[in-house]
Amino acid sequence: MEALLSLIHGFGVLADPMNIFYMFLGIFLGVLIGVLPGLGGANGVAILLPLTFSMSPTSAIIMLSSIYWGALFGGAITSVLFNIPGEPWSVATTFDGYPMAQKGRAGEALTAAFTGSFFGAFIATIVLTFLAPVIARFALQFGPAEFFAVYLLTFCSFVGMGKESPFKTIAAMMLGFALAAVGIDTVTGQLRMTFGSTELLRGFDFLIAVIGLFGVGEILLTMEEGLAFRGSTARINAKVVLHTWAQLPRYWASALRGSVVGCWMGITPGGATPASFMSYGLAKRFSKNGPKFGTGEVEGVLAPETAAHAAGTSALLPMLTLGIPGSPTAAVMLGGLLIWGLQPGPLLFVEQKDFVWGLIASIYLGNIAGLIVVLTTVPLFASILRIPFSIIAPIILVVCAVGAYTVHNALLDISVMLLFGVIGYVFKKLNYPLAPLVLALVLGDMAESSFRQAMLLSNGSLSIFVSNFLVGSIVALALLMLFWPLISLLLARAKATRPPDGHMVQAE
Amino acid sequence: MKQQGLSITRRLALAGGAALAFLAGPALAQWQPTRTVEFIIPAGTGGGADQMARMIQGIVQKHNLMPQPLVVINKAGGAGAEGFLDVKGSNRNPHKIIITLSNLFTTPLATGVPFKWEDMTPVAMLALDEFILWVNASSPYKTAKEYIEAAKAGGKKMGGTGSKQEDQIITAAIEQATGVKFTYVPYKGGGDVAAQLVGGHVDSSVNNPIEAVSQWRAGALRPLCVFDSKRIDLKDKVTDTMSWNDIPTCKEQGLDIEYLMLRGIFMPPGVTQEQVNYYVDLFKKVRETPEWKDFMEKGAFNTTFMSGDEFKNWLKGAADTHQKLMEKAGFLAKS
Repeated sequence: MEALLSLIHGFGVLADPMNIFYMFLGIFLGVLIGVLPGLGGANGVAILLPLTFSMSPTSAIIMLSSIYWGALFGGAITSVLFNIPGEPWSVATTFDGYPMAQKGRAGEALTAAFTGSFFGAFIATIVLTFLAPVIARFALQFGPAEFFAVYLLTFCSFVGMGKESPFKTIAAMMLGFALAAVGIDTVTGQLRMTFGSTELLRGFDFLIAVIGLFGVGEILLTMEEGLAFRGSTARINAKVVLHTWAQLPRYWASALRGSVVGCWMGITPGGATPASFMSYGLAKRFSKNGPKFGTGEVEGVLAPETAAHAAGTSALLPMLTLGIPGSPTAAVMLGGLLIWGLQPGPLLFVEQKDFVWGLIASIYLGNIAGLIVVLTTVPLFASILRIPFSIIAPIILVVCAVGAYTVHNALLDISVMLLFGVIGYVFKKLNYPLAPLVLALVLGDMAESSFRQAMLLSNGSLSIFVSNFLVGSIVALALLMLFWPLISLLLARAKATRPPDGHMVQAE
Repeated sequence: MKQQGLSITRRLALAGGAALAFLAGPALAQWQPTRTVEFIIPAGTGGGADQMARMIQGIVQKHNLMPQPLVVINKAGGAGAEGFLDVKGSNRNPHKIIITLSNLFTTPLATGVPFKWEDMTPVAMLALDEFILWVNASSPYKTAKEYIEAAKAGGKKMGGTGSKQEDQIITAAIEQATGVKFTYVPYKGGGDVAAQLVGGHVDSSVNNPIEAVSQWRAGALRPLCVFDSKRIDLKDKVTDTMSWNDIPTCKEQGLDIEYLMLRGIFMPPGVTQEQVNYYVDLFKKVRETPEWKDFMEKGAFNTTFMSGDEFKNWLKGAADTHQKLMEKAGFLAKS
């Protein structure tokens, strides 16, 4: 109950009207940052960090974390409307969100995304409030082998579920791995595949690839198909929110699973992006509607959004208690803590009660405020689709280009984005899936380095991946996921042969 | 007619003004930035250099130390090579400065990317970052000597940030000095390394003070020695029993290794002395602010300040040391 008392104390800290003002300002800026692809939460927070210098640390972190919540909410908007993920963790939201928008159900998709985000964050905040010290110790158990097992689990829960031929999936994934390897290699410190070019030193940033593959690629496709958005008949009124809410409770299992996956990935810290992919993969595998995923299922929007927001929220925990950031944005906020003279670490919860509990209380309020802000703007955003394509497409292209430039302040990245746009177009024409490429690009680097770190630690013996209960069970789970289609087939066959009168089973 | 007269008077006034300015000398004509100044960080967001640069940006803004805005830009590609090449290529541009870490020396040596410190204009050394040898508090090693003895049996794992950069160079220097062999495991950031050490996944680290201090205070990590010629000059208690000053130097422990990381400022080549002076002055003002002093103390930095020839000589020495250490360890890029 001590936690509850502290939380009430935290709300007391929040009662300062200036703090409430900073919270709403932060949410608003965050949504804006989330909507603009490329200008991610990390960049947004970094740009505004020096501004907070003259505020009290509590007000400052409330504003910066509100920007973060806003960006988490906002990332979904362009994913649903234009197939352009505003943030890396919204990529999985496009898989079903965009088809929904094309069918004229953009309002529903947005409502589901926002509500899912809120739900995930809420669960994560409760976990944060009551279990913080226990979980902080759990995160310490994660060494390189455990991290690799987590990435493996993400890949395994995602592969083998597309409708495309497995060879095309593998080809796309390998291309992703190859692109992820360009640039400096963290384990040996050598440059790889830069061919002496200065511009390639940066490697291929995931965000630029995503903006190109999805955003520009989609515009090229739409141009070919007749210069019009298919979703322009979207029903736009406030009722759509209530209507969607009425059907959401049906998907409680996916939402809860998403939250659990998200909390876990945020704490370890694996990050919001793998969490959203994993949650989408799991939902597809275990939901009754699984086979229809990718054609515009509400559940396919809900699952990744819940996980992303839960991960984004719980990523604050390792940042506060261990000083290891669970996401790029958390890394910048971590720098902020140090600048304000706070030392993140095990003692922060003891020495800076006002700060920590003020922050946790602000997560509760911030998310409620965020939900209100974004839900009231659903009709507004959905109506963007009514603007004629010939007007909105150039605007989107410009925003994409600005976004691609902002990631690294590099002009060449705009050309790289356009190139990825062409690749995205060709992939879609030839029926290659984009998701495995994106997944490999975002996780390839991390998976590779944690694998090689683990190999260094074990002197090259693979036994490190079964050396303790934790890593062993994650690896087992990953393999189970990988062979699930085969296993479910065998299970079905075993069931079919068991009943004595076989013809009953064949009645389907 | 009238118009012409006016323009003549104006011309006269202008000439007079110019003459005055000329007479008044450098005090009036001193160079100042005339547009936004870019502050390049050759590292990613959230790291030590990034924190310091954003801290400086905040201080400059809060105390109104510059007539033009200062904008921080991360150019982390190729272990910082991207940032350094950008500055190297911005000949005579006085509106660009860069903060350095050890990758100023290590990146060109390890990757063969063509730049060296002489390609840029040194402005000032802001501070030097200390390195400390840490072990897990639950391990039996109380002194560096004990740990090195134990490591002689082999199999000890040293965690560090990046590859062929400062942490691995120090590890290599320990190996060269003692004949011990470590398994070096590179991680992405200093915070990760400290957490991995607390979690028992590696046996030791050479974290900077600021990266490990919170775990030290929580009783999870134990400092063994500091890689500096003298003890850190901060005597206030950090934990219940110890101050930074209570940590012995590695030399006292029989491990004769010194390594400090440069936190310095450089400008593009070809800028004028006047322009360099402006920034030296600016950073002197930054160092006087209470925020900066507080930051230095929290991170237990070595607060040596240098500029001009003194700084250049220091750089020459440091470049030499890196070249030798990395050559001996076999970290040089094959050309």
